[in-house]
Amino acid sequence: MSSLLKIADREFTSRLLVGTGKFPSPESMRDALAASGTEIVTVALRRADLSGGRDPYANILEYIDPERYLILPNTSGAMTADEAVRLARLAATAGLPKWVKLEIHPDPTYLLPDPIETFAAAKILTAEGFTVLPYINADPVLAKRLQEEAGTATVMPLGAPIGSNRGLDTRRQIEIIIEQATVPVVVDAGIGAPSHAAEALEMGADAVLVNTAIAIAGDPVRMATAFRLAVEAGRSAYECGLPEARADASATSPLTGFLYQ
Amino acid sequence: MSFVETLNRIDRDGWRSPLLRRFERLIEPATPAALEALAAQSAAITRRHFGRTMRLFAPLYLSNECVNNCAYCGFSRDNPILRVTLSVDQVVREARHLADQGFRHILLVAGEHPKFVSEGYLEACIEAIRDFIPTVAIEVGPMEMPEYARMVQAGAEGLVVYQETYHREAYGEYHTAGPKRDFDWRLECPERGVAGGFRRIGIGALVGLADWRFEALRLAAHLEYLYRHGWKATYTVSLPRLRPAAGCFQPRHSMTDAEFVQLICALRVIFPQVGIVLSTRESPALRDALFPLGITSISAGSHTEPGGYTGEGRDDLHLTVRGRRVELDEKPEDRGATGQFAIADERSPAAIADLLCRQGFDPVWKDWDPALLGADPVGASA
Repeated sequence: MSSLLKIADREFTSRLLVGTGKFPSPESMRDALAASGTEIVTVALRRADLSGGRDPYANILEYIDPERYLILPNTSGAMTADEAVRLARLAATAGLPKWVKLEIHPDPTYLLPDPIETFAAAKILTAEGFTVLPYINADPVLAKRLQEEAGTATVMPLGAPIGSNRGLDTRRQIEIIIEQATVPVVVDAGIGAPSHAAEALEMGADAVLVNTAIAIAGDPVRMATAFRLAVEAGRSAYECGLPEARADASATSPLTGFLYQ
Repeated sequence: MSFVETLNRIDRDGWRSPLLRRFERLIEPATPAALEALAAQSAAITRRHFGRTMRLFAPLYLSNECVNNCAYCGFSRDNPILRVTLSVDQVVREARHLADQGFRHILLVAGEHPKFVSEGYLEACIEAIRDFIPTVAIEVGPMEMPEYARMVQAGAEGLVVYQETYHREAYGEYHTAGPKRDFDWRLECPERGVAGGFRRIGIGALVGLADWRFEALRLAAHLEYLYRHGWKATYTVSLPRLRPAAGCFQPRHSMTDAEFVQLICALRVIFPQVGIVLSTRESPALRDALFPLGITSISAGSHTEPGGYTGEGRDDLHLTVRGRRVELDEKPEDRGATGQFAIADERSPAAIADLLCRQGFDPVWKDWDPALLGADPVGASA
């Protein structure tokens, strides 16, 4: 049994966080969430009805059981700290958990996070009592400053741009972030295959967040299952201690074993 | 520095960026096998970037008054059509009707007429519907940057302005009267819109006014320019093929369905992130086939005449002659204002949403909340 993931004051069995965009239907999203075993589900606030009016044409939240999942509102669509802070407050007012996946991307093409605005927003939101999970580029110095100066609950470095499915392009930087982290490191974005997720967990990332790869799969439920298994495999391997990779062969039956028989 | 200089380099010197050279190769005449491969690539890229979703919007025509004469447009000032400008209350009733059908994204459209469609009027329309319509965009006559900023302030999120044709000489021939004759002024609208604070800009060319490959290359150049110079905005393109309209204009250039598909797919491959909009000008069968290939946003059940959804404004129909209102001798009983063009896909929004679901697409009605910009969330005052 793998150890639990602890974020802020909550513990989770699953180390797979799942996003809710891009699915072919809300029903397929609901079923995929169940198959993934996830306990943390992130939702774009701009797609939800924030007025409490239960708009039937913006009802994504009705497919996510708040008893079963921690709903993690995200600030996707915000281009500045002000906009992100406003959205987070609004979500809390609408009765959503006071947790926020802070994402601020002023560039709608690559959706790369703005480090300056993210840092500013994180400081404001943590001061207001939010549990903040910031989406960042894989920048170790920014990650440290967010943890220590802004008091974020995690850092969420990207493996590659959102939706790119390119895997851990930023692997060397993420290794440094993991080495220096005092809060959980959640690799977010770019994870396009279960093997990418396993790789992140094997490296020592505490969790991964996956959306596109599950949502656009031919069978989202099976893909969600594949990610669940990969995350479990990666974490188990990490906890067991992976042997170091080396260039030369190492016989499983030592050549000099006879000396000691 | 504006896109005018880039366009001049393309037209006069034959200049092409590396990206444009790639695009140009993709729109060369293609075999069916090559087109199939391009379509597969386009469909895959679209799924990766936009998922299995389709955004829906509706145009809401405010006025068919216009000071311009555009050879292809039903609203041209010299066309003796039934005209009307909806009051703000009538606009609200039209918008409520669309909201009841599911729409959370409305494009306000009006002819260019400073007397009837004034700046204050547009702001009042935007402000009157933004409490229940999360996404409001406008498609109206060109404005100066500070005027655009006021539209954004009033609650508009998107600006749509098509160049109509990027062919400078042809543009002069089609636009025979009115302020629209100024090609460069129109060409710079998207840049002024970005500077004015719009988050989403829609550009396009009407297919049929010039050779489609000529238009497509320059549209792509415009996009490339805007992505570099207005990097914070989201862009969409639209390629309306000309439809029958008052004035009986016959397009000089045609584009086959295969060429239309090729262009959509080429745009997708070169600009993976661009929104591609498909209107109800196209036939149901073609629309259904195009949905998976690269389209990201569609209209449904559209009317192109002011008051078309509810019949609002029928009691105020008139002619406009030389800028002056002329009363009708007899008000027609059974007709509303004249539309801009005939639509080809008359299926209802609900029917289109059902169809999308059957094709494995989630119809997305709401994808924005004005709360991001400091307003109350939509529906809060309901």
